[in-house]
Amino acid sequence: MNKTTNIDPALFSKRKRANKIGLTLSMSAMVLGMIFLLWILGVLFYKGFSSLDLTIFTHSTPAPGSEGGGLANAIVGSLMLVGCCTLLSTPVGVLAGLYLSEYGDRSRIASVTRFVTDIMLSAPSIVIGLFVYALVVAQVRHFSGWAGTIALALIAVPVVVRTTENMLRLVPGSLREAAYALGTPKWKVAFMITLRAAQSGVMTGILLALARISGETAPLLFTALNNQFFSTNMNAPMANLPVVIFQFAMSPYENWVDLAWGGALLITIAVLGLNILARVVFREKVQG
Amino acid sequence: MKSFFKKALVIGAISMAPAAFAVDMTGAGATFPYPIYAKWAEAFKAKTGSNLNYQSIGSSGGIKQIKAKTVDFGATDNPVKFEDLEKDGMVQFPAIIGGVVPVINVEGVKPGEIKLDGPTLADIFQGVISDWGDKRIAIMNPGVKIPSGPITVVTRADGSGTTAIFTDYLAKTSTLFRDAVGSGANVKWPAASTVGGKGNEGVAANVTRVKNSVGYVEYAYAKKNKMTFISLKNKAGNFVAPDDLTFAAAASGTDWSKIPGMGTFITDAPGAKSWPITGASFILLYKSPENKANAAEVIKFFDFAFKDGKKMAEDLDYVPMPDATTEFIRKNVFTKVVTK
Amino acid sequence: MDITQSASMPTPQALRVAKLQRVQDFLFHAITQFFAISVLIALLGIIISLLINAWPALHTFGPSFFFTQEWDVVNGEFGGLIAIYGTLATSIIALLIAVPLSFGIAVFLTELCPGYLRRPLGTAVELLAAVPSIIYGMFGLFIFAPLFAEYVQPALAATLGQIPGFGILFSGAFNGIGILCAGLILAMMILPFIASVMRDVFEIVPPVLKESAYGIGCTTWEVVRNVVLPYTKAGVIGGVMLGLGRALGETMAVTFVIGNAHRLSPSLFAPGTSIASTLANEFGEAEAGNHLSSLYLLGLALFLITFIVLAWAKWMLNNMEKKQGLKT
Repeated sequence: MNKTTNIDPALFSKRKRANKIGLTLSMSAMVLGMIFLLWILGVLFYKGFSSLDLTIFTHSTPAPGSEGGGLANAIVGSLMLVGCCTLLSTPVGVLAGLYLSEYGDRSRIASVTRFVTDIMLSAPSIVIGLFVYALVVAQVRHFSGWAGTIALALIAVPVVVRTTENMLRLVPGSLREAAYALGTPKWKVAFMITLRAAQSGVMTGILLALARISGETAPLLFTALNNQFFSTNMNAPMANLPVVIFQFAMSPYENWVDLAWGGALLITIAVLGLNILARVVFREKVQG
Repeated sequence: MKSFFKKALVIGAISMAPAAFAVDMTGAGATFPYPIYAKWAEAFKAKTGSNLNYQSIGSSGGIKQIKAKTVDFGATDNPVKFEDLEKDGMVQFPAIIGGVVPVINVEGVKPGEIKLDGPTLADIFQGVISDWGDKRIAIMNPGVKIPSGPITVVTRADGSGTTAIFTDYLAKTSTLFRDAVGSGANVKWPAASTVGGKGNEGVAANVTRVKNSVGYVEYAYAKKNKMTFISLKNKAGNFVAPDDLTFAAAASGTDWSKIPGMGTFITDAPGAKSWPITGASFILLYKSPENKANAAEVIKFFDFAFKDGKKMAEDLDYVPMPDATTEFIRKNVFTKVVTK
Repeated sequence: MDITQSASMPTPQALRVAKLQRVQDFLFHAITQFFAISVLIALLGIIISLLINAWPALHTFGPSFFFTQEWDVVNGEFGGLIAIYGTLATSIIALLIAVPLSFGIAVFLTELCPGYLRRPLGTAVELLAAVPSIIYGMFGLFIFAPLFAEYVQPALAATLGQIPGFGILFSGAFNGIGILCAGLILAMMILPFIASVMRDVFEIVPPVLKESAYGIGCTTWEVVRNVVLPYTKAGVIGGVMLGLGRALGETMAVTFVIGNAHRLSPSLFAPGTSIASTLANEFGEAEAGNHLSSLYLLGLALFLITFIVLAWAKWMLNNMEKKQGLKT
């Protein structure tokens, strides 16, 4: 028998319409979102490139009203701050991550630490700057690159801890068990076997933390302050790109604003570059 | 992993090698004199190699940081009272004189075209006059085409000596302003549409960007950015435009040596050519500083600025301190600072 | 047979090595535990330090601090209402705009996107989440605010501003900068972040569930609405809360465009201030006493608000993972 199915054409077309509307909205949301984000990046690259030339790397920040100038002191200052912060936060983060993955299944401390780390991951960075000011700057009576490093480390360590723990957990238990079966002590298993196996993943975490702190401004505002001259003295106020950009962008001087765009472009390239590098490193590990 | 750590350690160690021999001083405070201090610092570095790192964080910031002893000197346009100086063991001296200028962003209006007096200006900043088309502005400016539109008042978001000087003038000329708002480094601006800027730079930046806005900045900022300023009626009844001559005229009557702590306002000064919102910017130093070498270098810096920095100051339309005053400062203020 | 020489007994050498290894393992445990606890100590330190410094203000003003509008530096009268309002208003505006848009992007990336585009677009969204926030602030101040003042604000005032009652939200001068502008810039900033979290969460839905829905003839939209969303509800809310946490704490993107005015106004066009931008603007100059202490109190309030939001987000996301059986 050729019975027609119970399709109510009105209901069906209503559902089809709802589907079309919903999907069109979703598509337009994607387009709208992409437009804004591409707009922002486009403006950044356009304005930044037009002010990027070699003098940015060779001259220090200009005085207000002076012509020309560059960002050399800010670039070097940022590199030093980020570098020292990495030196500080990598061991702390990796060792804490090791603890969480090797001893973390049964320990109460571990689950609390994990929770706290996740909170710190998204804590407002300006509050961290306040804390370091009260703890370090006010006590030693001067601003310093070290205070800035500590503030950045407080932001970077949670990132390193989380990624290290996740990466270490991915290492198959059989690898560890094999080592234990040979009589290897736990610490040797952790360093020589597990950490080595997860090495690229851990590197990824460190690179991501680096990328994160490269763009942070608020924690440096009251710790490293700023310096209009070239200086490599970590025990004194240190010029750094984000605070310089903040100061220059809000100013009325044209060459300052141009330098701000150039600096912003430099930071964005660095951050995006680090993120891409992290992905490439991780992918190599997964495939190779 | 191990070699990575090794390399990183080496790089870190190298970066910690201290810069040799140059004295690095840090000062912080007013944005009012920042352009000239930065110029002087460049010249001083060229001459002696020492770095004077000046951070313009606002007068209140300068006072706070010198009190917290995190900097070698503080700079403020809002002078500290003599009793407070004595209590904290500090000395104060004026380093430079400049003028605060009301600036606007109104289409078609040229610098100096709009003329106002103190009470009208106070009314605008108080929000009593809230539109550019208001009759009270038109009456003072016959023949000037001012398009109407709601006024956005741009003020300082941070504690500012420039605000202190500006409000001192407004309070002196308008009792309404004095009673409703008062004067000082931080006041509550009552106008409905008020935008705050950080530092003189922030105010200048906001005024250039927001249409129909009015703000107040130190003259160097207005001149450098070719902003439209307002001509004001001074105490003698003449309309004057701001420049270093009118600032000097206003400051000429002040005898700094007679004032304990050397702190005073010089707004609404008498004189036919005086600019009514002139002010000085002061430096705060400890009598017994913790870092004596740096304090000595700071004194050397200002001594250099007083002697060799006059032309640089005039180029930026600041008024350098007169020689009689700088002699007084050398004999009576610098000597109070223990540098050995 | 000498018992110490039997093959089943460890040699003295082996015993020595074993003892050494026990010490080494103990040290390893202690050191790693120390570093793990240091993270805890850091958080505790932050909270305690904030509390100590905020105590004078709390003592002077009491809990009414959070409802007082005054911010009078001269007379030492402080209240956090304006800053808290600014933080909450900008964050809520940001969420209202970013959540639907991110949802659309996540749906597109998981359901609609052709296969070859999926990876690059997904990576693009994640990379955009990494762009430093100061870029958004600069974009807002230089590009967005003037356009906003020139075209959007008059349009809004002419349309939505005419509705009685509701229209007061869109009244006032067209400065460009203000609460609404800051909210929009924040929305752009948290958009890629929430979108990538939502996308990750949508991808976890077991294909079997979706296939069965398709199998009985559901449209794509119905699958999303009735299968994916309910399944990922907790994860989506968690992701939204994470975005909210970031928006609440954001300093740079907001300070550039919020107008920095200590006033409370019913209009969204009006300039205001948020907790983070108040701190950025005034911390450098606040002298010890009520001003500094009030700033610390505001910082503490912000930290606690973000803490609560993030704790709730974590709990939600945990629930999601429990459902999948990844956790017990």
